[in-house]
Amino acid sequence: MNSEFSRLFELILSASLINNFVFTRFLGLCIFFGVSRRMETAVGMSITFTSVMIISSGISWFIFNHILIPLNITFLKIIVFIGVVAGFVQASDTIMRKITPELYHKLGIYLALISTNCIILAVPLINASEKYNLFESLSFALGSGLGFALALIIMASIREKLELSDIPKPFKGLPIAFIITGLIALAFSGFTGLIKL
Amino acid sequence: MISKIYTELIKNGIFKENTIFKLALSLCPSIAVTNSLRNGFLMGVAVLFVQVTVNITISLIRNYINPAIRLPVFMLIISGWVTIADLSMAAFAPEAYKQMGLYIQLIVAFASILARAEMFASKNNVLPSLFDGLGMGLGFLFALSIISFFRETLGNGSVLGLKLINTKPLLIMILPAGGFFAVGLLMGIYNWINTRFNKL
Repeated sequence: MNSEFSRLFELILSASLINNFVFTRFLGLCIFFGVSRRMETAVGMSITFTSVMIISSGISWFIFNHILIPLNITFLKIIVFIGVVAGFVQASDTIMRKITPELYHKLGIYLALISTNCIILAVPLINASEKYNLFESLSFALGSGLGFALALIIMASIREKLELSDIPKPFKGLPIAFIITGLIALAFSGFTGLIKL
Repeated sequence: MISKIYTELIKNGIFKENTIFKLALSLCPSIAVTNSLRNGFLMGVAVLFVQVTVNITISLIRNYINPAIRLPVFMLIISGWVTIADLSMAAFAPEAYKQMGLYIQLIVAFASILARAEMFASKNNVLPSLFDGLGMGLGFLFALSIISFFRETLGNGSVLGLKLINTKPLLIMILPAGGFFAVGLLMGIYNWINTRFNKL
């Protein structure tokens, strides 16, 4: 039992720090560069993103293991997962509009973009290919969400300062953001080898 | 006259609306698979294939799609073609597939493909859609090849696996962090060239 928990903890740690999706797997970059301009939106995005990620990977796990595998149609997994994610995003879009219209006003565009975010599709795909069980899948999703949130918040706090600084004109905006991300990625590569899975 | 429109469409995809450098969409593979020219090129070809086939399919059936559910329909069409690309890649290039399989599957989540389907293919005939897809796909291929060429020469001192430079390579360029540096630098250069040309 104890080792079970430590394995789950290791999964969370590895998904969020060592194999951080943004810095070492380069996924979800469009959203990463899109919403990291302001701290407030970054925080809102991280919260929505993490919760969507956990729930949709849970649903995907059930569908994959209880429908696709018994029927032997696992080659359809891309189509099915994107359907699950898109449907769930649509639902959370509606719920958020009702509950927090203010936040919806700010994040509405990006919430719609979540369904075209690679991470949210990558997590179920990795879960399926690594044959994780339900709890492992959920903690992998949680770790990925936390890692993405961490990346977003670090980046947002840097970019808020960046707007005041003097940058060569062609590098203004995205190019400098890329170079800074490279520097953070370099720092994150220091986590490699922290845990052997 | 007609062919002029088509070349214009292709030019638009490669230069004016280059997916990576200009629109900054679909950035994930631009870093993930560009550590060698071969991988970058293969990825570009896969995207080109999906973009063209999706554009053709959607413009063929555009009059039968109910506008209210068009997005799910587009997603289904895209993921269908991506599955085909994914499976054929696994069959014909198993070695490269091992390294970049996940990223091939993730073509589904490309904003640029969905955007072209929505903005262009769902409003135009088959032939213009075909050329629009070709232009966008070639632009993507072009950008990926440049980035991966840049990274492979600097980081490994080689092109397509052939050693060119015998000095100690700049190892950082093939590390994950180097991908960000490469894209950032190339984007800056692209912007610089663009402003220069507009002034002239």
